[in-house]
Amino acid sequence: MFFAGVYGFLSRRNMLTILMSLELMLNAADINFVVFNRFLYPGQLEGTFFALFAIGVSAAETAIAIAIIINIYRNLKNIYVDEVNKMKF
Amino acid sequence: MKPIVAGIIGTLGMATVVVLSYITAITYFFSIGKTAGAYQVITPLNFHWLQLTEKLQIDLGIMLDPISVMMLIVISTVSLMVHIYSLGYMKGEKGFQRYYALLSLFSFSMLGLVVAPNIFQMYIFWELVGVSSYSLIGFYYTKPSAVAASKKAFIVTRFADLFFLIGILVLSFFSNTFSFEVLTNPAGPILSSPIASTFMGISAISWAMMFIFIGGAGKSAMLPLHIWLPDAMEGPTPVSALIHAATMVVAGVFLVARLFPVYYFGAPEVLNIIAYVGAITSIFAAVIACTQTDIKRVLAFSTISQIAYMITALGVSGYGGHEGLGYMASMFHLFTHAFFKALLFLGAGAVIHAVHSNEMDSMGGLRKYLPITHITFLIACLAIAGIPPFSGFFSKDEILVAAFHKDLFLFGCLYVGAGLTAFYMFRLYYRIFWGNSNREYHHTPHESPATMSIPLIFLATLSVVTGFIPFSEFISSDSIPFQTHIEWSIASCSILIAVLGISVATIMYRKENTMSDKVASGVKGLYTAAYHKFYFDEVWLFITHKIIFNLVSKPIAWFDRHVVDGFMNLLSTATNYAAKKIKVVQSGEIQDYSWAFFMGTILIVVLLVFL
Repeated sequence: MFFAGVYGFLSRRNMLTILMSLELMLNAADINFVVFNRFLYPGQLEGTFFALFAIGVSAAETAIAIAIIINIYRNLKNIYVDEVNKMKF
Repeated sequence: MKPIVAGIIGTLGMATVVVLSYITAITYFFSIGKTAGAYQVITPLNFHWLQLTEKLQIDLGIMLDPISVMMLIVISTVSLMVHIYSLGYMKGEKGFQRYYALLSLFSFSMLGLVVAPNIFQMYIFWELVGVSSYSLIGFYYTKPSAVAASKKAFIVTRFADLFFLIGILVLSFFSNTFSFEVLTNPAGPILSSPIASTFMGISAISWAMMFIFIGGAGKSAMLPLHIWLPDAMEGPTPVSALIHAATMVVAGVFLVARLFPVYYFGAPEVLNIIAYVGAITSIFAAVIACTQTDIKRVLAFSTISQIAYMITALGVSGYGGHEGLGYMASMFHLFTHAFFKALLFLGAGAVIHAVHSNEMDSMGGLRKYLPITHITFLIACLAIAGIPPFSGFFSKDEILVAAFHKDLFLFGCLYVGAGLTAFYMFRLYYRIFWGNSNREYHHTPHESPATMSIPLIFLATLSVVTGFIPFSEFISSDSIPFQTHIEWSIASCSILIAVLGISVATIMYRKENTMSDKVASGVKGLYTAAYHKFYFDEVWLFITHKIIFNLVSKPIAWFDRHVVDGFMNLLSTATNYAAKKIKVVQSGEIQDYSWAFFMGTILIVVLLVFL
């Protein structure tokens, strides 16, 4: 799942699609935490707690990302990443 | 500041120095006097400045011994006279303040040179004197000839100073000291044990002494490095009086005198060379002076000739007591020559001030208009010709005696030179003050103001009385006084040839006639060669332009431009090229950056797992 997210991040043009791949990567990592918690430390719950925090943080970060994308749209009238390349040589 | 303020400050400063140096001299020679028969070397100040190796150090300080005290008197007196004279001569000139500042710099450098306790300090002040001379010769910096002359003077003396420096380095390397006291101590380490190393068959100390002499020869205008002195007459006349007659040009003589024990005991063959160079220069310059028409040039060649006398006297001298007669005679001639040569130059300045020209052709019959200048100039001419009882007779006679007892060829050169000296000086005198007595001047020449006449009178008095100073009571090669008496056989010969020279000049020049032209056309070739100063300037120009510039400077310039600069250019081109290739990476595309990030992480993980 993680590498699917990586592939999506690196090859899509639409910024919202890139955001979706980012979410995919984050969710993959969370699943990893919970699974390891279940099979390696059956009595403890730290892994689940961490996954909970991670989901919360990713929600906040997604909100910011959408704000940035809206700003980009207002300036460029589209949301394709290959248009955002002014900081080059 | 107002010009006159600068003049007053300069003159007052110099007057203070004069008073101090007279007090020093009287204290040194009379109050402190002799210890065990010899005048001691006193070092009132010695400041440790630089430590080069464990054994070699450079100090700065003041050392008093007979010749340096004598030089103090000479320099301060002549400098004061020039300061006073310039108040009148340079009045109204642009740059008056700069002139006085440079005069003070020069006096400072020269005084530092003569009291130097070690050879390195002398070298420092030597260069300072050269710089002051450069600035003063090129004082009228808007005149191209003055600028060229100042460059020539500086470059020729700097070239000679290269040899001086090499000599200093060799000498100090082998003797582990710069100090004069240690070097010249006859019982000291340098002179009592021979320095064994040789180079091409000549001992190291001879090479060192030879090079040091070349340095002195450049400053003192010996053949073939004399070319700068006639051109140095482009500077103001008081400058010529101070620097190029009385003080700077005797620095070379002073140097040889300072190191005389090393020359006599360590490198006697170099002394021989010195004597020959001096004798040939003196007669050479005397011949040229007979044909020149610019009065300052005549005086410049006369200076070259007289300094050559001093150098020859040092070259023929022995050491100790009466053997050291040449040494004493040289210093005596330095002393008297300073005064009458300064007088001649200042007098020439008064004449130039009156007629506004340097050429003899625009003068004649000036004795009616410039009485004080006339009398003082006559006194100076009699002194330089060697007529008793003027001072020049006594000093020149001692030199001739010393030369006679050493080598007859040298004596012959100096003897003929003495006759020629009398001849050309009186030629100069008659052409200026007699000659065409009924000449019409555009504006009547006026006698100089008091500030210019008083130094003339003072120096004339000195030219008359200094001959009677018993110089050998004060100065001798080993600081032990000895008695001298006039050897009348040689003295009468020298008086004879001087009178002969004067009479020939009187016949040829007192009244306007064509005798001189007939004589000149009789020895046409020699006359033309002497008039063009034996083409030495052309030879030197040829050597520098055709040989040195083409064979040395141009290849070096090519190397500098193409190889050194080329290498730097290559570095920058390579950097530019690499940069162009690399900057493609920064594309601005976010996905390229994250791809690089991702690959980097994988790389680090692999490295950490497998290494």
